[in-house]
Amino acid sequence: MSSITVAEHENYLTTDFRLWSWLTTLDHKRIAVLYTLSITLLFFVGGAAAALIRLNLLTPYSELVSIETYNKLFTTHGVIMVWFFLIPSIPTTLGNFLVPLMIGARDLAFPRLNLLSWYLYVIGAICAIESLMAGGVDTGWTFYTPFSTEFSNTHVFAAVTGVFIAGFSSILTGLNFIVTIHEMRAPGLTWFRLPLFIWAMYATSLILVLATPVLAMTLVLVAVEHIFGIGVFDPALGGDPLLFQHLFWFYSHPAVYIMIVPAMGVASEIIGCFARNRIFGYRFMAYAMLAIAAFGFVVWGHHMFVSGQSAYAGTVFSLLTFLVSVPSAVKVFNWTATLYKGRISFEAPMLYALGFVGLFTVGGLTGLFLASLGLDVQLHDTYFVVAHFHYIMVGGAVMAFFGGIHFWWPKITGRMYSDAWARFAAIVTFVGFNLTFFPQFIVGYLGMPRRYPEYPPEFQLWNVLSSMGAVILALGYVLPLFYLFRSLRYGPAAPANPWNAKGLEWQTSSPPLPENFLRTPVVAEEPYSYSADRPSDG
Amino acid sequence: MASTLSPIAPQFDDAAQQRDASNLGIWIFLATEVLFFGVLFAAYTITRTQHPAAFAVGSRLTDLPLASINTALLLTSSLTMALGVHAARSGERRATVGWLSLTVGLGVMFLAVKGLEYHADYVEHLVPSLNFSYSGAQANEVELFFYLYFVITGIHAAHVFIGVATISVIAFMASKNAFSPEYFTPVDLTGLYWHLVDIIWLFVYPLLYLVSRS
Repeated sequence: MSSITVAEHENYLTTDFRLWSWLTTLDHKRIAVLYTLSITLLFFVGGAAAALIRLNLLTPYSELVSIETYNKLFTTHGVIMVWFFLIPSIPTTLGNFLVPLMIGARDLAFPRLNLLSWYLYVIGAICAIESLMAGGVDTGWTFYTPFSTEFSNTHVFAAVTGVFIAGFSSILTGLNFIVTIHEMRAPGLTWFRLPLFIWAMYATSLILVLATPVLAMTLVLVAVEHIFGIGVFDPALGGDPLLFQHLFWFYSHPAVYIMIVPAMGVASEIIGCFARNRIFGYRFMAYAMLAIAAFGFVVWGHHMFVSGQSAYAGTVFSLLTFLVSVPSAVKVFNWTATLYKGRISFEAPMLYALGFVGLFTVGGLTGLFLASLGLDVQLHDTYFVVAHFHYIMVGGAVMAFFGGIHFWWPKITGRMYSDAWARFAAIVTFVGFNLTFFPQFIVGYLGMPRRYPEYPPEFQLWNVLSSMGAVILALGYVLPLFYLFRSLRYGPAAPANPWNAKGLEWQTSSPPLPENFLRTPVVAEEPYSYSADRPSDG
Repeated sequence: MASTLSPIAPQFDDAAQQRDASNLGIWIFLATEVLFFGVLFAAYTITRTQHPAAFAVGSRLTDLPLASINTALLLTSSLTMALGVHAARSGERRATVGWLSLTVGLGVMFLAVKGLEYHADYVEHLVPSLNFSYSGAQANEVELFFYLYFVITGIHAAHVFIGVATISVIAFMASKNAFSPEYFTPVDLTGLYWHLVDIIWLFVYPLLYLVSRS
């Protein structure tokens, strides 16, 4: 595989090099690699759509693409990024790789289901891309009825089928994680000795398993209505289009927590390691993620404040939404407290993790603006909303995903990458992200609606800034492709524990053995016992 | 088949851990099924609340005798399934195969009666979007009732079909001596799935056929 001597023992990458062995693998680590390659591909497909959107918005008059094409671009961007990148991102890649390693197991409980889940993802992605090739979908990623049913002349069926199939891939992953975490922990690894990443995967899996079926059946109803022209969402027959929005957001609001809770898990691992401190308020960090998962199921109505739901429902949903900020704030304060009196070093994963905390905080606080009933009337469907959820989903989830990839890259590949380049990329991403999305808060507050290809000329300055930021952000995302792939060939071999991190995954070799551990580890200490390594605290 | 399934898979330490994992797995799967059908029941509830009169009319147009026969068939099949699981636990191979085959038979009869019922609906012009015609008041809303009727019973019937297919495979495996009192997890899990399909019908039957029929 490379000019540098391979490690003395066999690892999961070297057991068999044939393509067929990869396509039929039951090893959770190989499936994680398959997932990483697939979602990276889809990330750049969704990113290309975003690039075209930002390019078109450079001028107020939509000079690049037609209005119809613009609708298809933002739909493509949303569908691909939400269902084929963000939802699977951390769970299926880092989660698949790390859950068994972190709990001292040889594999997930159901390896065949795990492989099936990857195939379902691929089939779903092919359906979604087929709908693009056939001419695209113009409904927005939300598939609101009746855009997606009687008034649609685009390829909604293929896109909905793709999302439906990918949904089952999510369900299988969630089911596998819950069972594995319940049943297969190493001796001595009690619930409150679990790394927070495992708690994050557990909370996320609960949402995946309980919310995704609702989306699946809702999409079945949309598809039936789309094909047969009759359905419960059609007001002409006495149906209720608002019902679709209720059902859709019952899944899609928790879906945001499917994206952000894993990111919280990643950030906790990284911050503990590079602050050389135990995570402040460990138990509350675990409870907070469970609370976010639970509250997530009862706030969906805040997407519908101006859709015509009753004022009483709006008030209740508003209050419940404010409640989510309590566990979220617990997390931010505890990460900060973990840094306090730590011995902080700024390797690339730490830069990504700190970037995550800052951007998540901005995204979360602006969420409070939107949770306020009165303010939401002004801000609903403006770029303020776009900026808010990109701070959570891109600034939060994607930063943490990149941080996690950098943190565990030596473990996954057995190679060290260039830390200088990686730090540079982290900073470029942070700067590019803020330049892209901060102006959108302003232009949204001033009243620019989302999903329009044209805007009044006085908004051009903010849009040009945002588009410039997008170029920098794209650079930040492309750079890792180069230095990470370069490290596969030229990078120095990684030791088992390059960061001196705690956690079982660092006790096995890099890359790990096919069976993960030579002997099942026995756990006798609390997680994040970093302070024990330090001679004295000042 | 038997030789690949009965030993302990490499990721597990012992048979007990493997059995516990499978059991937890199926219960989580059943939870997803409940939410899956939950959407349909929610759609039913909302639509019926908005159009109670049309739903009463629609309900009276359904075929109560056939649906009642089906209820009896499905309830009985849950009994035979439970007896099959019991026989497998006791290591009685012939009884296991017998009870499972009887369950398959009852499931097939359920699907056949369902087919008869759909045929009758077709003849009476009750199939939405295909040949629906109803001349009374609120024809659109009555059509909406039948849309829900076909979607709910159709998706339920698909679950019955999957159950019948799975139980057939399990019965075949049982006939090849694949199970023992120490290892009968597949029979157990299939039984749990079958009971869930039965329980869902116990909600579908009154909601579609009985409610507001007087």
